[in-house]
Amino acid sequence: MTAALVLAGLLAMACVVLVAVPFLREPAPPDDTLAAPGELARRQLELTEERDRALAALKELEFDHRTGKISDVDYRAAVGEYRHRAAAALKALEPRLEEHPRRVRARD
Amino acid sequence: MADLGRAALIVTLGLVLWATLAGALAARFGRRRLADSAGNALLAALASTAVASLVLLGALLRHDFSFTYVADHTSTKLARAYSVSAFWGGQEGSLLLWLLVLCGYGAAAVLLNRRRAPDVVAWTVPVLGAVATFFAFLLVAVASPFATQTAPPEGAGLNPSLQNPYMLAHPPLLYLGYVGLTVPFAFGMGSLLAGRADERWIVATRRWTLVAWTALGIGQLLGSHWAYVEVGWGGYYAWDPVENAALMPWLAATAFLHSVMIQEKRGMLKVWNMLLVLLAFGLSLFGTFLTRSGVVNSIHSFTQSSIGPWFLGFICFVVVCSLALVFWRLPLLRSKTRLESLVSREATFLYNNLLLVAFCLTVLWGVAFPMLSEAVRGEPRTLGGPYYNFFLRTFGLPLLLLMGIGPLVAWRRASLRSVGRTFLWPFSFAVAVGVGLIALGAGSSLPGLLAYTFSAFVLASIVLEFVRGTRAAGSFTLLVSRNRRRYGGYVVHAAVVLFAIGVAGSAYGSSREAKLRPGESMHVGSYTLVYRSAGTTRVANANETRARVDVVRGGERVATVFPGKNQYFAERQVSNEMAIHTDWLRAEDVDVIADQINANGTIYFKALVKPLVNFLWIAGVVFLLGALIALWPDAREQRRLVARYALAQG
Repeated sequence: MTAALVLAGLLAMACVVLVAVPFLREPAPPDDTLAAPGELARRQLELTEERDRALAALKELEFDHRTGKISDVDYRAAVGEYRHRAAAALKALEPRLEEHPRRVRARD
Repeated sequence: MADLGRAALIVTLGLVLWATLAGALAARFGRRRLADSAGNALLAALASTAVASLVLLGALLRHDFSFTYVADHTSTKLARAYSVSAFWGGQEGSLLLWLLVLCGYGAAAVLLNRRRAPDVVAWTVPVLGAVATFFAFLLVAVASPFATQTAPPEGAGLNPSLQNPYMLAHPPLLYLGYVGLTVPFAFGMGSLLAGRADERWIVATRRWTLVAWTALGIGQLLGSHWAYVEVGWGGYYAWDPVENAALMPWLAATAFLHSVMIQEKRGMLKVWNMLLVLLAFGLSLFGTFLTRSGVVNSIHSFTQSSIGPWFLGFICFVVVCSLALVFWRLPLLRSKTRLESLVSREATFLYNNLLLVAFCLTVLWGVAFPMLSEAVRGEPRTLGGPYYNFFLRTFGLPLLLLMGIGPLVAWRRASLRSVGRTFLWPFSFAVAVGVGLIALGAGSSLPGLLAYTFSAFVLASIVLEFVRGTRAAGSFTLLVSRNRRRYGGYVVHAAVVLFAIGVAGSAYGSSREAKLRPGESMHVGSYTLVYRSAGTTRVANANETRARVDVVRGGERVATVFPGKNQYFAERQVSNEMAIHTDWLRAEDVDVIADQINANGTIYFKALVKPLVNFLWIAGVVFLLGALIALWPDAREQRRLVARYALAQG
């Protein structure tokens, strides 16, 4: 009984220490704010996902054409539109990429 | 030591409560150290739950009958391995296993993602914590595995049907599956709470979902094999509510795994995916409730169960809160793209989703019907095999066909001319197989014939995909290694085809029952069974009575099998021990059951010939292989994703 309670006490103490560790670190971090993407970063992430989707779609189209799922005629009809979408996604992201270093400098 | 177990669980309850409350505050007010503290609480909860589990395991292995749970589920005669499996043989132990696995998943998910997606993880921790709090509360206040008593000289033993090697793996795998579905649910809800509309939560949980889905699938197959070899009725699936409890979340998770690809590729179905992840998690809770509340044994046991009302309340809480959250975040989840064509890969995924969810809800209706009928009419009415088999054919056959159609259709849109060209070979092969099967007499069962014809179509389309893909990529290894999810998925499809072949085989089986004296014989299919003799031997925990039966085919003895019964001393129960002869060349099993053993030496035998049943177990191996291919990390994709999210984080 006593040994069990001692062990339980040690377990509880170890757990409390682990939970308290972020507050015990010295020196305390100057900024306690949780990193979360701001409005700009969220928009940038959306654009990046759109870009990745557009490029993946283009890649899929090429692969489907090579494996014979899409005929030459259908491929020619679709590839232009797909390239346009991919280019649009890349273009939409470009100004953000340019803004990025400025944003970092501004923060510095 | 029961005190240590109890204390460890109280510590766990405190920790997961902290993870929930501090985690929610940290996420709401954006406090990093508080969020880290809440994440650490989940890690600490894993340690304290592990201590509680070790205490129970130690008591089981020592046969410490002062623990009520140990006395109720083991005996001194019980083999050591089954003393271990008694951990999950009862309600309290199962709940402890749930909590242990949940804390393990939660700790791992936090450790791997807290630096990559801190704002999503900050909201995920309180969701995981809330689920863990419910289970920890049950274990502390309602169904403790550490209740003690004055130790009786002997325990009640373990249910004989659970004394089987499959029981060492089947329940833990099911729990890995059930509990694993908490991770995508928690990340999905965390993402909504964080106000994130992107796919970060999907990327973070893709592998967790696959692991849970694989574990649930393999767990069910092991359970089916256990039922086949141990329960002694000659079948492997009886549409029992407890079996259905594992099938439903698996079906919902299968739909989710497919529809999530559409979100990744097209940015569509965001609301649908949230609902599917909620459905899968809700059904995993419902499955645990069905298995553990006692509601499925008897409708009246619900009121006697200590955990049933708690579970039902928690399920309602989860569903209502999650639906409210999805509704609140609807503007974020609006898709910018639309389905371009009804003849496209994503359209086939959508049809697949509708069929899977329809089948899942049909099974749910079948499971819930007895409870509802009792509530409305005062007497429980159950829906049996014919109900489920009808819907299995109605939804299963089109699903099988779609598995062949999907890979052959291009993404976004496909012209009918292209579709016709790619379908030519698989379609011709399937027609040839169908005609051949009719010539061989397989037309006696239309569902069976359709299942085999569709299976041929799917297999041909998978082979064609691999051949054309290899040609296009230049190498088979390159093809698979650069598209692991796609080609791993095709291997899983092949496993489903093997499974369908095994299930459809039951339409062509035969059975026979007869009462025989020693020396007499009976016929079943193309086999003759000759009952030679019977005898009883005493082993550590049971008397084993076995009949000696020769299996004869074409006038030649091909095997001798020993069906019988075990009479367990401690448990005071009798189990049926079925004997199986597997004929690998003819791809069929001969099952012999000694249904009734009489004192005068006569035995009432039941014999079954089950064509192609072993395809089910082979399917399990192929399924695991496909899942491992899909799960294997892809370094190129990882680099791409790291770059994507690093850019977004600034």
